[in-house]
Amino acid sequence: MKLYLKYLKIHVQSMMEHKASFFLTMAAQVMTTITAFLGISCLFLRFHSVQGFSYQEVLLGYSVILFSFSLAEMFARGFDAFGSILSNGQFDRILLRPRNDIFQVLATKVEFTRIGKLLQAFVMMLYVIFTSDISWTPCKAAIVVLMIFGGAALFSGLFLVYAALCFFTTQGLEFLNIFTDGGRELGKYPMGIYGKAVLRFFTFLVPLAMIQYYPLLYLTGRDSRTILGLCPLTGFVFLIPCHALWKFGVRHFVSTGS
Amino acid sequence: MIQVENVSKSFRVAKRNAGLKEAVKSLWYRKYEVVQALDRISFLIPEGEMVGYIGPNGAGKSSTIKILSGILTPEEGLVSINGRIPWKQRKEHVREIGVVFGQRTQLWWDVPVIDSFCLLKDIYAVPNIEFNNNLEELTALLHLEEILRTPARQLSLGQRMRCEIAASLLHSPKILFLDEPTIGLDAVSKLAVRDFILKLNEAKKTTVLLTTHDMQDIEALAKRIILIGKGRILLDGSLSELKEQFPNRESLDEMIASLYRRYQI
Amino acid sequence: MQKYISLLRMKFIAGIQYRAAAFAGILTQYAWGGMEILIYRCFYLENQTDFPMQMQALSNYVWLQQGLLALFMAWILENDIFEMITHGNVAYELCRPCDLYNMWIFRNMGVRLSRAALRCLPVFVVAALLPAPYGLKLPPTPGSAGLFLLSAILGFLNAVAFSMLIYVSTFYTFSIQGTRAFCLAVVDLLSGKVIPIPFLPDGIRQIVELLPFASMQNAPLRIYGGDIAGPQAAQAILLQCFWLAAMILAGRILLRKALSRIVVQGG
Repeated sequence: MKLYLKYLKIHVQSMMEHKASFFLTMAAQVMTTITAFLGISCLFLRFHSVQGFSYQEVLLGYSVILFSFSLAEMFARGFDAFGSILSNGQFDRILLRPRNDIFQVLATKVEFTRIGKLLQAFVMMLYVIFTSDISWTPCKAAIVVLMIFGGAALFSGLFLVYAALCFFTTQGLEFLNIFTDGGRELGKYPMGIYGKAVLRFFTFLVPLAMIQYYPLLYLTGRDSRTILGLCPLTGFVFLIPCHALWKFGVRHFVSTGS
Repeated sequence: MIQVENVSKSFRVAKRNAGLKEAVKSLWYRKYEVVQALDRISFLIPEGEMVGYIGPNGAGKSSTIKILSGILTPEEGLVSINGRIPWKQRKEHVREIGVVFGQRTQLWWDVPVIDSFCLLKDIYAVPNIEFNNNLEELTALLHLEEILRTPARQLSLGQRMRCEIAASLLHSPKILFLDEPTIGLDAVSKLAVRDFILKLNEAKKTTVLLTTHDMQDIEALAKRIILIGKGRILLDGSLSELKEQFPNRESLDEMIASLYRRYQI
Repeated sequence: MQKYISLLRMKFIAGIQYRAAAFAGILTQYAWGGMEILIYRCFYLENQTDFPMQMQALSNYVWLQQGLLALFMAWILENDIFEMITHGNVAYELCRPCDLYNMWIFRNMGVRLSRAALRCLPVFVVAALLPAPYGLKLPPTPGSAGLFLLSAILGFLNAVAFSMLIYVSTFYTFSIQGTRAFCLAVVDLLSGKVIPIPFLPDGIRQIVELLPFASMQNAPLRIYGGDIAGPQAAQAILLQCFWLAAMILAGRILLRKALSRIVVQGG
């Protein structure tokens, strides 16, 4: 952990070398999510609710997803950009160091520009907290926090899968964005509204609904079972198979070197 | 000690001819060719020796270095470095080696060199005293005082290479792999790098394996050379013996060129 | 002219080599199109009276957009060109007996065409098999098909001319990446990528429809499904012609200015 803080310090220093471009990139990041937010708002100006979910309730789900996605992007960016780490030989260098490989990949990149998106997610969340009909309790607040971190773990796991597959092929892996970007896209709305098949996919395969939809049912009082608040823990469980795949990938890399 | 016995390694490469028709065809069907990068190579390097590892581009030099540093697993053969198998005991092994890739940098691009060094100290868990001693010594020998506080991206190639070498030695490795350490350097920087490597070997008995295309590097540093071509070891012997075989050749470059011709590589 | 065509051809050949990327792109397009339609279906089922398009027209819009993404999006750009500009290697390009604007615009066309060529058919075939009103259907009349073709070509050229403006602006801005990404995000909203323009609130929608961004994908995709027809279609196509001419002219003037500055500075 101490070593990770040192890495962070280096990243902050590097960032400070390019302040202007840092803020512009951050502004651009925020702009992409603001347009998404505007899109939702336009639709709600017209339709007012979707499958019984109000604007505030939808925004709560979206802000959780945006929050966790941005957290994952910020800290697990090393995996997201793993193709280039592999092709420019940086991974060779990582193997030359007496430290855990996952840790080092995580430490290669920290994308501070995502702070802007985090801020936006936070503002949206505040808006929901103050305007929605949900009666907040400490327990419900804790569930929101759990949703955010469970989601961050889940998205990091997806990035890890991407990185692990980079060991086998460097081309065509963009299709994995279906799960990351696609998850974020569908996560704009409560994931149950798309029908049973989609919900099942996001419950059992890529358990995004466990992070967003089921706890949301509890938070909005549609379902009174408190156990739904614990669903986001699935995000952490999801990391286990992802890690196994990564280990397998490293073994393959060391034996082929391609 | 570095022991290499019958090590082999091959790669698959995709091929395609020119033209629109071929381009469309390769959408469905691609041909691959197996390239034998290393073909049963063996050698032994005792502790404290400096060896020049030479051969034309694509001969298998980098693959060898990667295998020796634990990044690549060979298909067959044995490697033992100070009693360890590099790719099996990676973490323990890499603590004892230093690697410089002339064409790549290990310094963090935007921060002063000294910050990169401090991070490496933590990565290798080098004790304070050892780190300070090493840093002081390397700074003096490689003349780094002036540039330690400069971000790596603002260094000239020669300055950067001196920093790269220092970065690889901060954890006092017993073995140093240098992959084209003088590539692209001006005369002064080349001499400084060579001079430093000689002193290092003399003072610390560091084992050095050096790949290069610059024959003056070899002449200045290595008493022994290993010649590799098309994945095979073609020659392993002392430089002076080799010179005796070519009494008429004026320069080392010419000698090596005629060696390449002799082995048709 | 021949030289620009062979440049386009070369880029096209190079482009269709990325079959893995194309495969991934196709999968992404299926998923993305499916997701969009799922989302709009929810709103459609919620309240059909407030839905500003026919569901079928919307499905056509989404699937065409996915299949022809490479033709109409502003953000299909070549990093080579940006690097050339920032590293000052443009001087080498000027040594050639070619017009720089033409060279870059044909390169960009080649890249876009190669990507679209590999992706559009698989997307269209699968989309056509989906049940109505969620799949891709043929245009309602031969007339709208013809208008679509014309408008699509113009939309493609509009997108290319706009990306030329982005290249050229690199000469004038600092921190290119940040500024560029910011602008492209705005363009996505204004061109109808985030949500189709009919879904924008009234008042804003009428203004957005007049902007050049609406001339890229909005016009052809809506003409196809008959959402824009008759005199409105003619008006949209005329607007496309206007913006195309304006953007090419602006791009050429700005490029000439930037280049003359470089020549004065000596690189």
